[in-house]
Amino acid sequence: MNVPEDLQYTVEHEWINADGRVGITDYAQDALGDVVFVELPEIGREVEAGEAVGAIESVKSVSDLYSPAAGRVVRVNQELQDHPEWVNQDPYGAGWIFELEEVVPGPLLSAHEYLKHLEGE
Amino acid sequence: MRTTPLTEWHRLHGAKMTEFGGYWMPLEYGSGIMGEHHQVRRDVGMFDVSHMGEFWVTGSEAGTFLDYLVTNQPSALEVGQALYTPMCDEDGGTRDDLLIYRVEPDRYLMVVNAANRAVDWEWALSHAKKWRGVALSDHSDDTALIAVQGPRAAETLSQLTPVDLAALAYYHVASGPVLGYPALIARTGYTGEDGFELFLAAYDALPVWERLAEMGVSPVGLGARDTLRLEAAMPLYGHELSPTITPLEAGLGYFVKWNKPDFVGRSRLFEQKRAGVGRKLVGLEVEGGIARAGHEVLNLEEQVVGQVTSGTMSPTLGRPIALALVASPYAGLGQTLKIRVRQRLLSATVVQRPFYRRSR
Repeated sequence: MNVPEDLQYTVEHEWINADGRVGITDYAQDALGDVVFVELPEIGREVEAGEAVGAIESVKSVSDLYSPAAGRVVRVNQELQDHPEWVNQDPYGAGWIFELEEVVPGPLLSAHEYLKHLEGE
Repeated sequence: MRTTPLTEWHRLHGAKMTEFGGYWMPLEYGSGIMGEHHQVRRDVGMFDVSHMGEFWVTGSEAGTFLDYLVTNQPSALEVGQALYTPMCDEDGGTRDDLLIYRVEPDRYLMVVNAANRAVDWEWALSHAKKWRGVALSDHSDDTALIAVQGPRAAETLSQLTPVDLAALAYYHVASGPVLGYPALIARTGYTGEDGFELFLAAYDALPVWERLAEMGVSPVGLGARDTLRLEAAMPLYGHELSPTITPLEAGLGYFVKWNKPDFVGRSRLFEQKRAGVGRKLVGLEVEGGIARAGHEVLNLEEQVVGQVTSGTMSPTLGRPIALALVASPYAGLGQTLKIRVRQRLLSATVVQRPFYRRSR
């Protein structure tokens, strides 16, 4: 399971980096299966930590996307409209989902803590 | 949870497992549902569908009994031929949908959905009491069923059997050895592709499955089975059919035969046919998201006019598709509708079914 050290995580399997960029984890993409549609948040939206801001649809299921932090959505990954499979192929890179500014983090886990959380799942 | 003779193989080969119809079944293997779907459309794949129920119906009155039990007309089958049929309640609601194979003149095989197997068995038994020349036997537990589906199915399977598969027409069945094991080989399936279903003794399933795997036939799970059948617009019991949905509403009027003696549900179905159905099953192309079973269908004035019964991203078309039951005035081709998905309204258009038709 790929859990990069330089990111922070939520128990809902999102990651956030130092620039406020957000995506879902390798574990989450594997559990979902082939991602076929990503419902992105609107640019400019003010979100709370833990708020449902979008959804990730795989062939078989749909899963809410929660914001790991409070802030304002300033960018979304429009390329996922045509390439939702990037969430599976590169969840920490090309498969990023949105970016926040004025970030106020919610309860976040380090890579080590997230791994421990996964062991409990 | 029930298992099939191949459940252990699936687990050992990395399948994600799921409960379906009371059975512990493979949802997908390592490569994902999309890859498995394309494999069947482009090449060949194999499915463990041993969870299906198999009842044998034998005796001099077997054909006329089945004509009474189901809406289609099994007695009109040639020996070696098969049909698809709904099976209704007295009130016309659908109890199950099934295939019936006429294997010998007075010997038929019913293949029913796993989730309905127990109630179907009781239902068939209770009706059979009134028929002296009919015997029923449930062979679900000692029968395995392997589906080999895709454009290369015939070429692949012909290496394992002396049966002339080229001479076996669609919706026909022949008996003969597969890898030396006694089998019924049916040219039927649930994918919209050419393909075969192999009925085997439960203890013969593993060697046949393993040989197919050695030949490079990829295993395919229930996830892709669902996307394949949905592109082919084949109904899934519990979605497009249920005790509250009649075959006529589901667009299966072709499989209800009126020119035969009385059958279970006939009078209510005939009433509905004369009055016209109030709602119809339609195919929808959806924009901007994926509609799923249970989502509301709205007209342009945003009044609820129906409900999605199945929906997915079509791997072949690359677009979201759905089946929905909608009020008849909204069922015409080209009709624009909306679907409520969480807080959003998606746009949908009624299109021709099936969504996918293979080239022959």
